Amino acid sequence: MSTALNSGHSAILKQNRASRSERLLRALRTPGGAIFILLIILLAAIIVLNPSFGEPGSFIRFIGRTAPIAIAAIGQYFVIVGGEFDLSMGSVVTMQVIVAGNLIRQDDAKVIPVLVLMLVLGAFIGLVNGLITTLLQVPSFIVTLGMMLALLGLVLYWTGGAAQGNPADSFRQIGRGGIQNVPVLDIIPYPVLILTAVAVTAFVLMRRPFGRMLIAVGDNPAAAALAGSRVWWVRTRAFMMSSLSATLAGILLVGYAGVHPSVGHGYEFTAITAVVLGGVALGGGRGWVLSAAAGAFALESLFTLLNFMGVQATWRDTVQGGIIIVAVAAASRSWQRKRKGATASAHDDQHQLAPTPTPAEGTEQGGERV
Amino acid sequence: MRNNSVRAIALAAALPLVALTACTTEPSVTQTTGAGTGSPATNGAASSPASKDWFDQSLYDTQNQQRSATFEGDPQKPYLQYIAGPMTDTSKYAAKGAKKVCFANASISNPWRQTGWITMNQQLKVLKSSGVISEMETRDAKDNDNTQIADIDYFIAEGKCDAFVISPNSTAALTQAVERACQTGKPVVVFDRGVETKCPTTFIHPIGGFAWGIDTATFLSDKLKSGDKVVALRILPGVDVLEHRWAAAKKIFAEKGIQAKDYFTGADPTEIKKIISDELATGDVKGVWMDAGDGAVAALEAFEDAGKPLPVMTGEDEMSFLTKWKQTGITAMAPVYSNFQWRTPLLALEKIFKGEQIPTEWVLPQKPILADELDTWLKRNQGMPSGHYAKFGGEDLPGYPQVWQQRQMP
Repeated sequence: MSTALNSGHSAILKQNRASRSERLLRALRTPGGAIFILLIILLAAIIVLNPSFGEPGSFIRFIGRTAPIAIAAIGQYFVIVGGEFDLSMGSVVTMQVIVAGNLIRQDDAKVIPVLVLMLVLGAFIGLVNGLITTLLQVPSFIVTLGMMLALLGLVLYWTGGAAQGNPADSFRQIGRGGIQNVPVLDIIPYPVLILTAVAVTAFVLMRRPFGRMLIAVGDNPAAAALAGSRVWWVRTRAFMMSSLSATLAGILLVGYAGVHPSVGHGYEFTAITAVVLGGVALGGGRGWVLSAAAGAFALESLFTLLNFMGVQATWRDTVQGGIIIVAVAAASRSWQRKRKGATASAHDDQHQLAPTPTPAEGTEQGGERV
Repeated sequence: MRNNSVRAIALAAALPLVALTACTTEPSVTQTTGAGTGSPATNGAASSPASKDWFDQSLYDTQNQQRSATFEGDPQKPYLQYIAGPMTDTSKYAAKGAKKVCFANASISNPWRQTGWITMNQQLKVLKSSGVISEMETRDAKDNDNTQIADIDYFIAEGKCDAFVISPNSTAALTQAVERACQTGKPVVVFDRGVETKCPTTFIHPIGGFAWGIDTATFLSDKLKSGDKVVALRILPGVDVLEHRWAAAKKIFAEKGIQAKDYFTGADPTEIKKIISDELATGDVKGVWMDAGDGAVAALEAFEDAGKPLPVMTGEDEMSFLTKWKQTGITAMAPVYSNFQWRTPLLALEKIFKGEQIPTEWVLPQKPILADELDTWLKRNQGMPSGHYAKFGGEDLPGYPQVWQQRQMP
C-alpha cells in the first residue's frame, strides 16, 4: 500500500491513504456512492429499451429537464445534512412560478427586476424558516409545513388560484432555450449550464469551512456549538440556500413548462426522496452533495424507465414511497455499521505504520480554521 | 460485501411492503377526489382505473344519439336549452318572495370550475336584484367528499335553506347526503356530476363524457392513418366524467387501429412535457388527445422544443389552447364541456319558485368548437385570460367583460 516513507505530515497522510482505486471502491460501497452505480444501471436499462434515448441530443435534453429537480435536491441537501427538513420547497416553487407569471406578463423590461425580486423573496423565506427553527426552537418540520401552507394560501388569495398566463418569452428562455447549433449535442440547454454552476458551487461550498461546519452541526449540534460554531447561523444559511434553490427551480420550470398552479406540487417530497436516495442520512451529519443531485437523476430516470416499460402512472407514487423506505433502511444500516467501526478496522494496519499523525491545516484530517 | 448483503436484505424486506401499498389503492368511496372536469389532481387518493371498466354501452349509445339531438328553447340562450323528455312538476314549490339558496360546491380548484363560479355569481346578482333570491350561502368542499357531506348536513341542520344546489364531488359518496337534502322537502338541484338517486328536483348536465370521447376520437381517427400513434393525456383516474371521455375514445381508437397510449398528468405542464418528450424519443407521435384542455400548450411546446412536426390535437375551449391553436395553425378541434351550465341551476330555481315545469334530467347542449368557428370564438372572447373558457355563456350578464377578465374569485 505505501510506496515510500517520507518525512513531513502530508507524506504521512498520503501514505495512510488507501490507493485511489481502493478509495473509489470503498466510496461506491457507501449509500452515497452506490447511487451512481444505480444511476448508471437505470440509464443503461433505458437505453436498452429505447436506444434513441442515448443519442447525445436527446440525452442532453433529459439532463436539461431534470435540472430543476436536481437543483432542488441540492438545496434540500443543505438543510437535511444540517439536521433539518424543508417542506416549504414545493410551495416556494409554486409561488415563484405565479409571481413570474403575474408580474412579468408580456413586458420584457420587467424581466430583470422581477428576477431580482424573486431571488430576494426566496432568500427571505429561507431566512424566516431558519430563524424560527433555530432561534425560536420550533422543529423545522412544523415551521416549514406552516410556511408551505401559508405560501399556498397567499398564492390562492392573490391569484384566486389561477395564473394570468405565461410570462414574456425572454424570461422563459432561461428554462426553455439553450445554446444552439453545438456540434454533436445539437443544443446545450441553459438549465444544464445552470445546474453545472450550482453543482460546482455546492461542491466547493461543502469543502469550505461552511460545509464542514454544516455537517458537524447536523451530526451533533451540541458538540458543534461547544466547538464554537454559531449553529443558528449555519442552519439559517442552509435554509436560505434551500429556498434559493427552490426559486431557481421555479425560474427554470416557468421556462420549461409554463405557469400553472400545479407546478411545484409535491416538489419537496421529490427533493427529499432524491436526497435520501443519494444516501444522505435523514437527521443530518452524513452524505455527499453530489449524491443528492445523482439521487434526483436516478429518480427521474426511474420514472422515465417506468414510462418506457409502460408501467401505469398510477403506480408512480407507490414506487416513490417504496424507494424511500428501501433507501432509508439501506442507508441507515450501512452508516450504523460504519459507526460501529466496521470500516475503522480496515485502517488499523495503516495506523501502525505512521507516527502519531498531527493534523495538518486545511486537510481532511482536521485543523480547519473557523 | 456485507454492506451489499444488508442492502439486499433491506430491499427484499421492503418489496412486499411496496406490493402491499399497491394493493391498497382500491377505489375508496369516501376519498375519491377530483370534481367536475379538468380537476388538477388534489389529494391523490383517486381510485385505481384498471380494476373498473368505465365503458357503458347503453350510456355510450344514448350520448351518441344526443350529439345530434334537437334542443328545446332559444339557441341564443344555450344555458336554458334541454332535450325533450320527462318533466318534473314543481307547482308545490311555488312561492312568493326572495328565497335563500344553499350551495354545496365540490371545489373551485381548476380553471373550468373557476370560470363557472364567476359566471354563477354574476347570475346570482341578476336574480337578487329581481327579488328571486335573497342570498346564496356557499360551502366549498375543496375536492373532499367528507367535507361536502358535512357541508350538506350543516345546511340541513341549519334549517334556513329554501333550496339546495349541489355540485357533487363524487357520485357514489354523495348519494346519501343528497337524499337527506331531498328529505327536507325543499327543492334540490344537482349539476355537473350526478348522484345515484332520482330524488333531486332536477339534474343539470351537458350531454356527457362519452359524447366528448366520440367527438374527439372520431376527429383524430379521421385525420390520421391506421397505425399512427396518439398520446392520450389524462388528468387523473377515477372521476367518472373524465373516465367516460377516455372509455369512449379508447374504444374508437381501437376500432380504427390508432395506437393510443394514455398517461395521467395531474394537469401539471412539467409532467405533460416530460411525457411528450419521452414519447417523441421513442418514435413519431401523430396525435395528442386530452381529456381536458388544461396543459395543452405545454404539450405543443414539447413538440416545438424537440423540433418535431406538430400533432393533430384535441384540447378544450380554454383560451390558452384556442390561442395556441390559432398561432400554430395546427389541425385541431376543441371539445366543450359546456361551462355555461353554472348559470342553469339558479335559473332552474327561478322556474321552480314560479312552479313551472322543468326537465327532470336537464341535458344541456355540448357542441365542440371546430376549425371554422375558431376565429369567431376567439373574437367573442378577446382580452380574456388564458384560464377562461370560451363557451362560458355569460355575455349578457352584468359586469361583462371586466369581471371575467380580472378573474377575481368571488
